[in-house]
Amino acid sequence: MILFIAIPIGSAFVQSLFIQHDQVLVLSKNCGPFGCRETTSVDIEATKELRQDSPLGKFNGIGTYLNRAHLAFAEVGNAWAVSRTFSGFLNEVLDLPFYGALMFTLTYTAVVTPLVLLLGLAIAIGVNGLPNIIKGPSIFVSLLPFLVTPLVGSLILFWMVDGDGIIGATIQLIFNDPDLSLKASTGLTWTMLIVYGIWHTLPFSFIVFYAGLQTVPVDTLEAAEIDGATKWQRTVYVVVPHLVPLITFVTLMLLMDNFRVFEPIVSFSAEAHARSLSWIIFNDLRESGNPLYGSAGATSILTIIGVIFLLTPVLIRNWRDFKLRRL
Amino acid sequence: MFLKKLILTSAVATLICSAAFAKDCGPSGQSIRILASDFPAIHAVAGTAEENCAASASEFTRNHTTEARQIMNAALTPNPAEYTSVIVANSTLTQLMNDGLVRPLNDLVEKYGADLPKNLMITIDDNIMAVAFMANSQHLFSRKDILEKAGINSIPGTYSEMIAAAQAIRKAGIMEYPIVMNMKTGWNVGESFNLVFLAHGGEFFKPGTAEPTVNSAAGIAALNTLKALVEYAHPDHLTQASNETQAIWEAGEAALGIMWGSRGSVILDDEGSSEQVTSNTVLSSAPSVKPGGIPGATLWWDGFTISKNVSDAEAEATFAALASSLNSDMVAANNDDAIWLLEGFKPGAAAEGVSATAQGGAVPYPMLPQIGLLHNALGSELSEFLKGNESAEKALADVEAAYVTAAKEKGFLQ
Repeated sequence: MILFIAIPIGSAFVQSLFIQHDQVLVLSKNCGPFGCRETTSVDIEATKELRQDSPLGKFNGIGTYLNRAHLAFAEVGNAWAVSRTFSGFLNEVLDLPFYGALMFTLTYTAVVTPLVLLLGLAIAIGVNGLPNIIKGPSIFVSLLPFLVTPLVGSLILFWMVDGDGIIGATIQLIFNDPDLSLKASTGLTWTMLIVYGIWHTLPFSFIVFYAGLQTVPVDTLEAAEIDGATKWQRTVYVVVPHLVPLITFVTLMLLMDNFRVFEPIVSFSAEAHARSLSWIIFNDLRESGNPLYGSAGATSILTIIGVIFLLTPVLIRNWRDFKLRRL
Repeated sequence: MFLKKLILTSAVATLICSAAFAKDCGPSGQSIRILASDFPAIHAVAGTAEENCAASASEFTRNHTTEARQIMNAALTPNPAEYTSVIVANSTLTQLMNDGLVRPLNDLVEKYGADLPKNLMITIDDNIMAVAFMANSQHLFSRKDILEKAGINSIPGTYSEMIAAAQAIRKAGIMEYPIVMNMKTGWNVGESFNLVFLAHGGEFFKPGTAEPTVNSAAGIAALNTLKALVEYAHPDHLTQASNETQAIWEAGEAALGIMWGSRGSVILDDEGSSEQVTSNTVLSSAPSVKPGGIPGATLWWDGFTISKNVSDAEAEATFAALASSLNSDMVAANNDDAIWLLEGFKPGAAAEGVSATAQGGAVPYPMLPQIGLLHNALGSELSEFLKGNESAEKALADVEAAYVTAAKEKGFLQ
């Protein structure tokens, strides 16, 4: 626990409190194949001295958490003062990188999690009722999406939804609109990512519920049947209550998984329309050439706090169940 | 013309020396370890160096990876460094210099590269930090058959001519989306903005400081031009980078493109496209704002550096090996792989666009320590404007705000 969880989180937290030293810039003349021009460069010697004095950087406290790339209190306050309508205010806030990403991440989590739970349960009950001969193959086929690496799976899907791809072209044909593009509108891109998310995580909830169904006591089911319960009633009043601990477990896993949605955004090249918290961390560490460690650390800590917020209700419920059972 | 002049300045000196030069590999028994990007021209240079000097070295390794930019700072920081040389470009050299990871090459150039043209030396003040060997830039690709069909008989030279041509093509019912540009959110859309911004005479920073000046008249004009161009680009343009735009071009689905010069030879070759597309594709200077103005492009060079944290002997052997490959034989064997800045290069049709763009006075990609941060801010904040959700002023204000936040964290602004 300490080695794999506490130390990394602690180090990300410490990192997020510091920013880099002031860079000492000097004017210099830069020449090359395309001529000479005035430029600035970093004075390595002077900057190095600063760095040696305190290698972690300049202490910034929670400054990084409050800047525009994160919680942006100043910008949010300003938006509140300036906007005349609430929707104008909301627009301003969602234009900030952190809140924009939070909005997508929450929407994704809120839509994908319940749908995967419901569909997974439905498929599990459906497969469980199949004759034994086709049960094996059906389980295998239902598991397939889970076996595909997320990055590869979404990349393949990305090509398929292209205007020239099989799905994209079919949709264009159905709606009779040759310009319809799933990649060009924000709404359709979100839908595409959410559908992909459901497709990809469904097998997980399916297989867990299917395993759970094998443990449903036959006696209780038969007793219910004798009492005249319909199949639907048996499912709702016998099977589902029996599976509640599993449902809690799957919900926990799905919430954590969905809150860190990342790969499909990169492979679908969806950055223009949808960004998630994990994508922001990735962008801070990669795109600018010299990584913004403090910024990435701060976003990581905020993501962890977000996950804790989401999980708390489920965990509290779980804890109550646990205590009830012990009584 | 530009390239010819560049080459002629050095032709005589190189001719005299190149024969004797090829064999001088510096101190023997050294370890040479090169980190480089992964495309044919870089393979040609590093490969020739290996052929020439692997025998006299104790070890000769090459790591060609598209991730070179991501790993190079970490790989060069320890002492001894993981690689003795990194092959870089304008922007990546600054990334190494910001951390002081490359050494000045003045004494090595004197010893092993005296015959290399002076203008290939990338200098900061009087220190040579890299030796360039090839050039690249974005420029205009046009389909002359389609332009003619739409009643346009000259290749567009300005943005407004380009937009008018696109409009004519759409009106004639030939293509709905005749323009392709690398507009993928992130680095590509930032770079596309840079091109148009520089064509409008824009300055990225207040001279001598790290204060951004993109939210200016030039910035707003550039964004509006960009918007007018992408009206004629496929609605998916925010997902398209070089590989996608090249594929669209080769499929014959575009008539006007602003793409990289390095894609020129790949598009013009007989693979992946039809005779109709290749024979009618014309490469010309990047468009400017007014006739004869600054072409909307950034000039790039690729060149090699030597790590600071390696022994002097290893540095010397690495420099000698790489310098030994920069000669007319290597160029002759790989003529079409790049726009070489070296003696012996015969500029073909694929080089015309870059040559014209450089000749027209295009500006090199700025070698400023903080440019990566601004480029990143442009890449992530411009999409709202291009999607039509934001005004140009708001988008540029967002860019500056995002840049200032990052620059404060990196210590460029206080």
